[in-house]
Parts: sequence; structure tokens; C-alpha cells
Amino acid sequence: MTTIALNETSTLVYQRPHSLATCNTNYCPGCTHGIAHRLLAEAIDELGLQERTILVAPVGCSVFAYKYFQMDGCEAAHGRAPAMATGIKRVQPEKMVVTYQGDGDLASIGMAEIVHAAARGENITTIFVNNAIYGMTGGQMAPTSLPGQKTTSSPFGRDTQMTGYPVRMSELLSTLDGATYIVRRSLHDIANIRKAKKAILTALKVQMNGMGFSMVELLSSCPTNWGLEPSEALHWIEKNMIPAFPLGDYKVHEEVKSL
Amino acid sequence: MQMEFVFAGFGGQGIMFVGQVLAYAGMDTGLEVTWIPSYGPEMRGGTANCCVVLADRPIGSPVVHYPQVAVAFNNPSFEKYEPAIAPNGLLVYNSSMITLDRTRSDIEYLPVPATVIADELGDMRLTNMVMLGAAISARPTLSLDAVKQALDDHLPSHRRDLLEANFMALERGMACALNPAFTK
Amino acid sequence: MTKQMLKGNIAIAEAAIRAGVEAYFGYPITPQTELLEHMSKRMIELKRVFLQAESEVAAINMVYGAACTGVRVMTSSSSPGFSLMQEGLSYIAGSELPCVVVDVMRGGPGLGNILPSQGDYFQITRSAGHGDYHPIVLAPASVQEAIDLTVLAFELADKYRHIVIVAADGLIGQMMEPAELPPMQAVATERPSWALTGAKDREPNAIASFYLKAEEEEAFNQKIQTTLQKIQKTEQRSTEFYTDDCEILVVGYGTAGRIALSAVQTARDNGMKVGLFRPLTLWPFPEKRLSELADVVGACLVVEMNAGQMVEDVRLATGGQIPVSFYGRMGGVIPMPDEILHEIETHCRQLKNCEGIVTLSERAK
Repeated sequence: MTTIALNETSTLVYQRPHSLATCNTNYCPGCTHGIAHRLLAEAIDELGLQERTILVAPVGCSVFAYKYFQMDGCEAAHGRAPAMATGIKRVQPEKMVVTYQGDGDLASIGMAEIVHAAARGENITTIFVNNAIYGMTGGQMAPTSLPGQKTTSSPFGRDTQMTGYPVRMSELLSTLDGATYIVRRSLHDIANIRKAKKAILTALKVQMNGMGFSMVELLSSCPTNWGLEPSEALHWIEKNMIPAFPLGDYKVHEEVKSL
Repeated sequence: MQMEFVFAGFGGQGIMFVGQVLAYAGMDTGLEVTWIPSYGPEMRGGTANCCVVLADRPIGSPVVHYPQVAVAFNNPSFEKYEPAIAPNGLLVYNSSMITLDRTRSDIEYLPVPATVIADELGDMRLTNMVMLGAAISARPTLSLDAVKQALDDHLPSHRRDLLEANFMALERGMACALNPAFTK
Repeated sequence: MTKQMLKGNIAIAEAAIRAGVEAYFGYPITPQTELLEHMSKRMIELKRVFLQAESEVAAINMVYGAACTGVRVMTSSSSPGFSLMQEGLSYIAGSELPCVVVDVMRGGPGLGNILPSQGDYFQITRSAGHGDYHPIVLAPASVQEAIDLTVLAFELADKYRHIVIVAADGLIGQMMEPAELPPMQAVATERPSWALTGAKDREPNAIASFYLKAEEEEAFNQKIQTTLQKIQKTEQRSTEFYTDDCEILVVGYGTAGRIALSAVQTARDNGMKVGLFRPLTLWPFPEKRLSELADVVGACLVVEMNAGQMVEDVRLATGGQIPVSFYGRMGGVIPMPDEILHEIETHCRQLKNCEGIVTLSERAK
């Protein structure tokens, strides 16, 4: 990273969080993974957790997340990040363990692992990026794809008679006694991004205090695979995704309110 | 020398434990020993069995198809192992419970009213030790003292109060081997 | 330490504990469940990590996670569960992490049954997952060997940063035999430099098995192959009986090997010049010693509890020098000493009748 010396009259208002590595990412223009990464990195910086956080990356567009964060990281098998995180956390309970997973990873192939990690009250934090599509493999139908949504594997639109309905993970996990903090936020505008940041901070605090499983679901855009301009994609989140995946706090344990 | 025993009966009759006592006694006597249970669906209902091999050189198979001694606690076990016993082998059977007729002339039979004896001693759970006493008396591979020592060493702590009764059960079983009904 | 009667499954668990295993993750499956149950009690008593996972898939990925932190970690399963672990094993191999996996093999394919088998030989020695690697595979034939090889498994795993599989079967797992446990080792307090312990006062560590560029992936594969070659050179292990003057060599591992020993002993009692070669490492296969023996014996009989898997390695190792035949039972059936003896006798007759086979005594002339 090029460091520009500030003169006496300048004020630093914005910089790369220390917890983000100084490398280019492979994300497409307009993708909200970058925002999600930044929010997580800022939260880790603000809580002073960089030196004791271990990030578990998924399989999907964020497969390289372990390289994009300036902290220890590893790469899980598809869907298995919560199990891998469990292994790391159980032997090093004093460390912070964060999984970063997409919808295909978490809600399809990794359904068993996320449900059981939550049911056990595993003291880890999951950042769940839901963009209703498989990005890395080129835009196939995801477990969270909306009814009628056209993808490369549902070219006539998702037919619920044939492929069923989107899975609402926050709602589903919130029914588990082991889950402590489960919320859904969106990254489609500034106000919502701020709310998402606050939620990530809370989720990390839940883990810091040994309070159990926390997950922040982030509704995200995939302009490339949705076939939309980045700005249109943000609008698509608001118009189509939020009605299907309502924002809100699905599980907030009593203890969390005092954080 | 190699001596193979099969113990068989209903689950809950102390089949596994009696085999282990024999195995412990063999180990303490300095012999090579293996013990293996039947395991799996067979554990529930039907016969539970375990196989104990004592030998003075390394034991190949711990599983034996044609044992020299079978100790049968109930009818299904008698039925299953009577045909399997090696020629000149021995079938020790619980005559308090087994009503089947003998069908072979090339093995020895030793009927032991083990449940009745155990009842006389005040605890049905002693049936297994009566049967073991009879078996080691009829096929003197190990001494009574070695078996008693094994019991003393391995009887679970919550059953220690039954130690003396177990010794008596072994002795009553041994006496059965002198029974005139013990014929070829 | 003195000998005690120990059940194979429990002996393996306790040996692992004494070898300093810090974390165990597993899922119940017969015939290895006593191993998991023993861990569930002892690991908690010792304030180490025990967790019953939701599946073998999760268990192996928990092992993967724990292995990233540099601790001694293990799981155990039986054939169908082992199949589910292959994905995770491949990732562990691709990340060069040490771990120990116990496979108490049972009859298959499919759900099969819960009886002893060696049907997983190909599966565990060839790769145990996608990609190009071999785990180290150790095959105990007794409860004592199960203990000793479990301890060795952790040492080899750490030494080579590699997967070590203890390949037992239902019989070894369920049997009780007198055996001696090793003394208790303290768990390691130091973590290796590559471990994920939090990037404090150092650059971040990354553990992954992801190389988008073919050349990078190939370079990594070459690194693995270099490790494997080193293992192949230094870690071949086997044991043998009556091989000094034998004309027929019986080859078997694990349960099949110990049962074959009974047959070999009886054959010797009957004056037949028969020996036994029992591999302790299935990968690396002890080809060096077997190839030496092939120079002096007249024929080889391989005994397995499968349709003939290791026999391929025996043929490779003996390189066509001698006839290699096979006797196996499948599906949980254990070959009995008298069956193996019958095979040996048949061989002896053939060896005497068959031209072209030169017996040891003839070679001596």
C-alpha cells in the first residue's frame, strides 16, 4: 500500500482497515463482498481482535477471503466452514473464529454443519452473504434464489413446483436454543450498511463474551450473475430480496441486549 | 496347547463377564489369551456369546468355529453350539433351563443345575460362576485359585459384596463335574 | 507398567490419549463406537477436547480445523463413515496437516454389515480422497500392536505433516487381549510456526489447498510427492515368522495375518517349509523386504479379508519372480486357520509338481 504523508493541515478521514490485506480482490465491480469484507475488518479493528482472529473462508466467490484479511486464515471444504471453525475454536477457545460463507455454501451443501454449529451454541461468528445465486460457478440457482428467478440452471425462472422455495436461514436458525444472536441486514444503501456494521460488532462481542453462536446475514448483490448494472443490482435487493428475506433481528438473547 | 471356550446364553446372564474372568485368569497364569464377544444385532435377543482362547503360543484367530468347550446357558445356545463342538470336546450346559436332548456321541456332556444352585446360594446372578466352576473342573486348564484371584481383581466395585458368594458358586460348579451324570 | 486385558477399540483410544492427543471428533458407528465412548469420558476428565459431531463429514472437518492449530488430533470411524471422511482427508492432505484417523473396517460395500473386513485396502492406501497422495497406513494384528501403532501414528503424522490411518478391523476393535499401555505423555505446549494461533507479532499464516494456476498446483504436488518418496524410503515396516528357510511365503496383514500365523504354525508342525510375512505399513507397502524374500522363496500365498486387494501390491513387489496366489473371504467372514492350511497344502503339492518353480532347496544346489 502506498502511504501518503499527511501534512499538518490534512486530516485522515478514510483508510484501509488494518485487518484487510493490501492486495487486490477477485470480486467483480459492484459486488458487495467488498463492503462486507470492509465492515468485518473495521469491526475487528475497532474491537482490537486482529491478532487473535482466525478466519475460515468458504468455497464460492469469497474462497480467497483467507488472503484478503490481514490475519490468520484457512480455506474450508464447501459448506464445512462451521465444522472447521468448531475444530479451531474448541482447541483455542480464547481465539476469535469467524466463518465467512455464501448462500450456496451455507444454505445448501453446508446446511447440516451450520445448523449443528448453531444448535451446539458453538462460540463462533458467521458472516452469511446471501445474494440468491451461485457466483463462482457462473450464476446457477441457489437455495436462496427467488421464485421465478432466472439463473443459468433455472433458465425459465425458478419453478417452485420443481425446485421448491428459498430457504430463510436466519428464521430457521433462530428456532435453535443454541443460537444467541441471529440478524438479517442488507448492503444496498448507506443506512443499511451502517446497521450491518453495528450488527457485525454485536456478533463479535457475543463471541468475545463467550455467549454462543452468532450470525449476521447480509443481503448482497451479484450484478454480474444477475445481469444488472451495479446500481440496478442494489435496487433489486431492495425491491425483490427484502420482501422475500425480511430484515430484522431474529434471535437476540436477553444477555446480548446489555452488550 | 490351545484351549478354546465359547460361553453362550441370554443377554444379562453374565456371559461376557464370565468369559472375561476366565481370560483374566489365563493372563495372570502367563498364558496367551484372547476374548471376543459376538457383537451387533445378535446382542439383542437370541444368544449372546463370547469366545475365550487360552494358549501357550501366539493365538491366531480369536474367533473359533469348532470350540473344544462350549458353555451353554439356555436352549438356543445348546442348539447352536452342540453341533459345533470339536470331536472329543465338552458341552457344559445349564440343566436347570435346558430341556433339549443330547444328539452327539463323540463329545462329553456335563449338565449343571446352575440356576438352581445359584438360587440356593441366594442370587441368580451367580449362575455364570457355577457354570465356569464346572467347566474348569472338567477341563483343568487353569486352577481354581487363578480364577478366584481373577474374580477378586476384576469384580466391579459395586459387586464386591458378592465376592465370597462368587467363590462358593465356583466351588459348587466344580463339584458338579464329579456328578455321575457327567458321562461320555 | 503391567499387562492388562484391553479391548482393541479402548486400547487405541487410551493409547492416543497417552500419545498426547489434544482433540477428538467422531461419530458413532459399529464396530468402533467404544473408541468414541472411551474418548467421551477420558478426554473430558483430562480437560481435553471431545466432541461428538453431527456426521463423519463434520467430524473430519473439525479434525481439519483443529489440525490447523497444530495440536495432535484424531478421529475414528468404520468403513461407511470413512467413505464420508474422504473429502475432508483430501483437504487435509492438500493443506499438509498432520492427523490420525482410525478405520475399524467392516463388511461392505454399501451399508454392508458390522463384521470384520479388510475391504477398504484400496480406499485407504490409494488416496483416501480425491487427488494425488497416499496416507500412511498402519495395520495392527493384535491389541498390543494397535496400541504401539497408534502411538507411532502420531509421531509419523507430526514428522511428515501427513495423514496417518490406523487400519484395524472389527475383530481387532472388539477383541480383548493382554496388552501394555505406554506411559502418559504430556500434551505439547509449543505450537508449530505454521499453526493458526492468531497473527500476533508475526505475518498471518494461511492454510489452504487452493492453487488456481496449474504450474503452482503442480509445484505443490511435487512437494507432496517428495514427502511421500521420503516416507516410502524410510518408513516401510513389516514383521515375519519362519522366513529363514521357507519355500512358501504366506502374506497377510492385520487379522488375516494373525490367523495365517496359526495356519503357518500348523504347517510347520507338519514339516512344511512355510513362512509368514506380515506388513505393518500398508502404505508405504514393505516392498523392499518382500522383494528380498521373493528372491529366495518358491511361491507366495496372499490371504486377505477381501476379494484380493493387497495381492496387487505383492505382485508389484515380487515383480513376477514367483507365482503369487490369493485366498480371501469377504463380507465379514473371517478365514479360518484350517482353510488357510488347506491352501498352503495345495501350494506345497503344486510347488512339487510344477516345473519352472524353483524351490529354495533347489536354488541352494
